[in-house]
Amino acid sequence: MMAFFGKITLNIFAFFFLTATSIFAAGGGDNYVKDYKFSFEGPLGSFDQNQLQRGLKVYTEICSACHGLKYVPIRTLGDEGGLGYSEDEVRAYAENYEIFDPELDDYRPAKPTDHFPEVVDAGAPDLSLMAKARAGFHGPMGTGINQFVKGIGGAEYIASLLAGYTGEEKEEFGTVFYENTAYPGRWIAMAPPLYGEDVDYDDGHSNELKYEAMDVAAFLTWAAEPKMMARKHVGFRAVLFLILLSALLYATNKTLWAPIKKKVA
Amino acid sequence: MAQNDENGTRRDFLFYATGGTAAVGTGAAVWPLINQMNPSADVKALASIRVDISEIEPGTQLTVKWLGKPVFIRRRTETEIEEAQNVNLDDLLDNAARNDNIAEASADDQNRSLDENGEWLVMMGVCTHLGCVPLGDGAGEYNGWFCPCHGSHYDTAGRIRKGPAPENLAVPKAVFVDDSTIKLG
Amino acid sequence: MAGIPHDHYKPGSKGEKWLHSRLPIVGLLYDTLMIPTPKNLNWMWIWGIVLTFCLALQIITGIVLAMHYTPHVDEAFASVEHIMRNVNGGHMLRYLHANGASLFFIAVYCHIFRGLYYGSYKAPREVTWIIGMLIYLLMMGTAFMGYVLPWGQMSFWGATVITGLFGAIPFIGDALQTLLLGGPAVDNATLNRFFSLHYLFPFLIAGLVIVHIWAFHTTGNNNPTGVEVRRTSKEEAEKDTVPFWPYFVIKDLFALAVILVVFFAVVGFMPNYLGHPDNYIEANPLATPAHIVPEWYFLPFYAILRAFTADVWVVMIVSFFTGGIIDAKFFGVLAMFGAILVMALAPWLDTSSVRSARYRPMLKLWFAILVFDFFFLMWLGAMPAEEPYASLSLIASTYWFAYFLVILPLLGVLEKPLPQPKTIEEDFNKSHAKKPTIEPSPPAEVPAE
Repeated sequence: MMAFFGKITLNIFAFFFLTATSIFAAGGGDNYVKDYKFSFEGPLGSFDQNQLQRGLKVYTEICSACHGLKYVPIRTLGDEGGLGYSEDEVRAYAENYEIFDPELDDYRPAKPTDHFPEVVDAGAPDLSLMAKARAGFHGPMGTGINQFVKGIGGAEYIASLLAGYTGEEKEEFGTVFYENTAYPGRWIAMAPPLYGEDVDYDDGHSNELKYEAMDVAAFLTWAAEPKMMARKHVGFRAVLFLILLSALLYATNKTLWAPIKKKVA
Repeated sequence: MAQNDENGTRRDFLFYATGGTAAVGTGAAVWPLINQMNPSADVKALASIRVDISEIEPGTQLTVKWLGKPVFIRRRTETEIEEAQNVNLDDLLDNAARNDNIAEASADDQNRSLDENGEWLVMMGVCTHLGCVPLGDGAGEYNGWFCPCHGSHYDTAGRIRKGPAPENLAVPKAVFVDDSTIKLG
Repeated sequence: MAGIPHDHYKPGSKGEKWLHSRLPIVGLLYDTLMIPTPKNLNWMWIWGIVLTFCLALQIITGIVLAMHYTPHVDEAFASVEHIMRNVNGGHMLRYLHANGASLFFIAVYCHIFRGLYYGSYKAPREVTWIIGMLIYLLMMGTAFMGYVLPWGQMSFWGATVITGLFGAIPFIGDALQTLLLGGPAVDNATLNRFFSLHYLFPFLIAGLVIVHIWAFHTTGNNNPTGVEVRRTSKEEAEKDTVPFWPYFVIKDLFALAVILVVFFAVVGFMPNYLGHPDNYIEANPLATPAHIVPEWYFLPFYAILRAFTADVWVVMIVSFFTGGIIDAKFFGVLAMFGAILVMALAPWLDTSSVRSARYRPMLKLWFAILVFDFFFLMWLGAMPAEEPYASLSLIASTYWFAYFLVILPLLGVLEKPLPQPKTIEEDFNKSHAKKPTIEPSPPAEVPAE
């Protein structure tokens, strides 16, 4: 009975530990987020370098007009496991941006050590952490199972949003709202930024709307979680090591207790 | 009895293996805790900077901040170069080049300047006495730099000639990336 | 130290004698580590080591994170991003710390419910229990303040809502809330003091943990039978016990290693699963997130807080008789803290002469409902404050109080306990006796394996 209780309790705890979170969907049931497949999903998934580079191009040519990436240092474009650009490529890219240097009290071309500029004029949110600040999946019924199975879905939300405009628009209080199937509340103030074939990809990949949306979503996931690869590697090694240690401790424990239990039998 | 011994050995081996594995795990956990105190990526990224020198005219100098300290980048005039090259090494207070780009050498002007013509002089703007920033543009009795704190005079190659400072101004690691860019560090 | 008779440390070498006569620290550690421990402890007795590990993990990663964190409203959020992007291994340290809090609470809830099931709170272990409850309260305070530090939207609004609880206290509420916040609203002063206290509290917890261990090393561990270790002589005590080292240390470490497999899988592969996306948006005092939800470990008590609204008849009566001093808001706060208080009072509310629920058939049922009730409340705490969740919260909250205030006192009278084993040795021998070959089914109880 005791062990039964122990096991049941453990199971219940484990279940709720894994599920009793993220209930925040209430009221947001009217939006639809598609479960796109990304290469970085799952314990073994990794960023697709070409996709990140394509996503950067979409960001640079389109998103960056209104949105900044103020927490992302430009030099990290050269990081391994991410976009993997060379030092010279990163330097050349940095010079696309003008940033304000308080020491010069003037604007100058950005250097790799600078961050992507913050864009304030457009009133659009910064995108540095957008892929972690939005959840694509919720529920069902406040259990968090969907997030456990599909992931939190920040990238899926971004891709769905960018591909989710219906073409309808309405005007309220002097602001134009656009209908979007992924946006909670359905009417979003951002005009459709992508229509498909907006950006010419250097690697010749198709630039249909769906791919542009996915590519920039992947890039923003990298921007929000640049150490994802390092983190998974550490996690993977730690899990393997601890399994080995558990096995050894199990055997040690068995051996240790054998004489105590033997006395009984 | 023999069988007992064998069991005992096997048991000892298990205990040592477990203990050893646990020790390895602990060690692996300690290293990141120490390593986090090493310079972070943003600090490391600033260890090497590029300076645009295309707008420096002969006879002027640019002061840039590198690793939290000023660096003087001077484009010397013919007169300054000549003056520096004609100094008798025996007249120097410090006869070492103090140049991070070359091995131990004497304080010849060629061993101090960045290019072969001796046009470019790159030095830490830190007085070797007590760390003040010397004044430039021909200041001091030797037309080079002068430290106002305690009156050290440096010549046109940044060598100490008079005053309390013990060493010539240090030349940091520097290299021409192209005609208009110097990379420090 | 009083307790179960056992061999004490005897300094052997000259050096040991020298130190022992000046500072008997080796003896203290030896006696602590070699404490006679009932040999029939089962797998629910591992949480102590898991909790000790969690405290160490949180203190160590916390000290390290504090080397890079800036407790200022303008820089806190950016300094966390600095940790995540620039500091060597900083992303792992932060994720370990954030998820470490969740592991800590999973372990503490298992530990508490273990105590409630096996009657570990009953005499003579009341002091251990009370100190445990104080530790739990400090843990909640520490976790709450720690969650404010990243200065995200949930940090800010969580702090606003929770400190608002203190504002509900009659007469002094507003003054107290202003004192806690250091101003009219959550701002830089609040962030600074929360950082300071978040750093301090774990050391208070560590101090209480030492007292907690001291207390139960004096009374001896409880065990699944609830029958005490025989302590008339050392020989007899040794039939019921084995030394903590190495038998239980190794067993507990095995359990810890298994738990850490899951923990590192979460940290490595889904570190934000237990967090909230809104906390990756920098705090904005001018815009509240659509749904403010506390961290999962606060949800059951958050549900109790919200359950008692102004239309509940208990609240109306209390409000009427106190002339409105106790309004619905204050009632909710009282209920939340009361829910923890009744748990702390369990040693005096439980009237049964039998300790372990193993021999209490009726308690077993009510306890199972309590465990369900706890998870139900946790779920309700995360749902929006609307029907049917409001009514269900009220029912679930009522059961929580009823368990401690009605069921525990009554069962002592109504229940007919099952026969208990005379000694721990008897229980241990029974579960490890050779099974007749006719019944090949695995043993129902496998303690201390």
